[in-house]
Amino acid sequence: MNNVQNKKRANKSSLPFFFTNSFVVSSIIIIISFVLLIVAFTFDIVPPILNRGIQPATFPKALLVLIIFLTLIVYFLSLKIPWKKEKKLPKQFFITLYNFILFVIIAKTLDFLLAISVLSFLISYFWGERRIIYLLLVSILFPIIVFIFFETILGLRFPPGIITNIYYN
Amino acid sequence: MENLYLMMAPLFSSKLLIVLFFGTLFGLILGVLPGLGPTTGGALILPFTMTLDPLSAIVLLTSIYCAGTYGGAITAVLINTPGTPAAAATCLDGYPLAQKGEAGRALGMATVSSAIGGIFSVVVLVFFAPLLAQLAYEFGQPEYFALAIFGLTMLASIGDGSPIKNLIAGAFGILISTIGKDFMTSIDRFTFGINELSEGIGFIPVVVGLFAISEMLTQSTLLDQVFKRITLKAVKLPSIDDYKKTWKTILRSSGIGSFIGVLPAEGGTVASLIGYSEAKRWSKKPKEFGKGSIEGIAGAEAANNAATGGAMVPTLALGIPGSATTAVILTGLIIHGVRPGPDLFREQPEFLYGIFGSMLIANILFFVFGFFGAKIFARITLVSNKLLWPMIFAVSVCGTYSLNQSLIDVWIMLLFGVIGFFMRRYGFSLVPVIIGLILGELVEGTLRQSLVIFEGNWLMFFTRPIALTFFILSFIALIFPLIKRKKIKND
Repeated sequence: MNNVQNKKRANKSSLPFFFTNSFVVSSIIIIISFVLLIVAFTFDIVPPILNRGIQPATFPKALLVLIIFLTLIVYFLSLKIPWKKEKKLPKQFFITLYNFILFVIIAKTLDFLLAISVLSFLISYFWGERRIIYLLLVSILFPIIVFIFFETILGLRFPPGIITNIYYN
Repeated sequence: MENLYLMMAPLFSSKLLIVLFFGTLFGLILGVLPGLGPTTGGALILPFTMTLDPLSAIVLLTSIYCAGTYGGAITAVLINTPGTPAAAATCLDGYPLAQKGEAGRALGMATVSSAIGGIFSVVVLVFFAPLLAQLAYEFGQPEYFALAIFGLTMLASIGDGSPIKNLIAGAFGILISTIGKDFMTSIDRFTFGINELSEGIGFIPVVVGLFAISEMLTQSTLLDQVFKRITLKAVKLPSIDDYKKTWKTILRSSGIGSFIGVLPAEGGTVASLIGYSEAKRWSKKPKEFGKGSIEGIAGAEAANNAATGGAMVPTLALGIPGSATTAVILTGLIIHGVRPGPDLFREQPEFLYGIFGSMLIANILFFVFGFFGAKIFARITLVSNKLLWPMIFAVSVCGTYSLNQSLIDVWIMLLFGVIGFFMRRYGFSLVPVIIGLILGELVEGTLRQSLVIFEGNWLMFFTRPIALTFFILSFIALIFPLIKRKKIKND
């Protein structure tokens, strides 16, 4: 009985080839490489008198062809020895990714320091920190220390924004 | 004699001693924290080194390298999680021994063997780096091209994971180095009309992204993980009996580690695995391995620290990094206007021997810190990831921004963080990307200059004996994994 159940489970998990990790990963690498290869064909061509050994596009083209070729080998080898199955990514991973996007938006539109603060708060919160003192420490005190450190010791000028403008003015 | 005096110079400079003290301390903290390590730490600290003179900057980076490599052992022994990848083999026997109530003995052996391995490798560095530099005087453009190719194929051959995936990662690294204006003709390549990309992609955003940000994403998937901590009372020096059992292993692993370190590869990680398996092979009690063998700890730890000095040999003598961390150190050298290679040995011996001497002192310092402070360092692992990683993110972002004061660098860092996460998830090593990126310009530049010399005749490469030797070695490096696999199959 157990064997039958195991067999059923095995059949259920044996996905069509286009759903396997090796196929998806190899396809993504090959597609991106192919697009870049097309882009490489649009590079300017240098007249022979300025040409140093090979055209500027030749080296990247050779690399991309090599990557495509090696990826195909990796894929065909995976048919013989399948890649190990990865666990599903948890919710926190996607939240962290979304927070990165939010960080970019805030840093671009409002303020760099504010973006660091917001991201630190959100990551800490969504990763499970609920103690308000620690959240404030991570999202306000620490970014301010880092800001002052970089500003004073390295003489760094942070990009303008609603908070940094107040500081600089 | 004069060189010995130059080596001891850091001892007489209060500034260098302070740098060494803080570098070692910082390195230990980085090594202890799982997910961080000397590579990420070195990349994060690089912007700060701009406030230092070149020698102090490189001393800071090398002390982080030596101490960080050892620091991983503390976490490996006490919570069965390697603080750095190089300490993975230490877990195999360190943790079982700690479970038997002998955490102090395990850490004592890890500390002693790490220090001996590290000091041994500095001796190797002092003797072999000048010899290699001398040999490098014979190198022209074709030889450097062949050498860089050899470095990349070695990386694929003895690196961690699948050799073909390592080659893809290395080619990807070189491809990144082609972004921006072509350095010979000023033609834009893969800039997509973005002005900031004309200068190319910096090393720091890529390293911080690949190591720190991708690790942050990895940690977001491990929040449920619970570590079983073993309480440490005090680190104990190994007994006479332990020394009798392990001195041969320590010496063997120090040799193995130094040799592996010289080869461009994942330095300490590979060295510790080979050091461990050789210790098992030569042991009178191989069955004890994996159950708390003191020889296992000695074999792994002596090897991974011995790789630090070994990896510095090609970095300083040829400008070819022996590991990911030495790639960061190489960047540090370049940022400070120091060009590694044979000329450095002739023109700035005080600088070089200052680095050698400070590496020696760093190995002694981490021994003292590890011996007396392991208990305190072990407590650092109690800092919650929920607090630690947002703080690391803040430092990563500011550090990356600070080098060129460019937000594009920060976006690149985030992008490479995501790429790095998925590469690791699907078995692609990150180290070849870093080495490829740093060797990319050398590979392309020397290839093109060689072709100018050879008037476009590719076959001329094979008429140069040194270049031909490197090509043959590269070929052997490529077929070595196939032979190894076949041998394992036959066995």
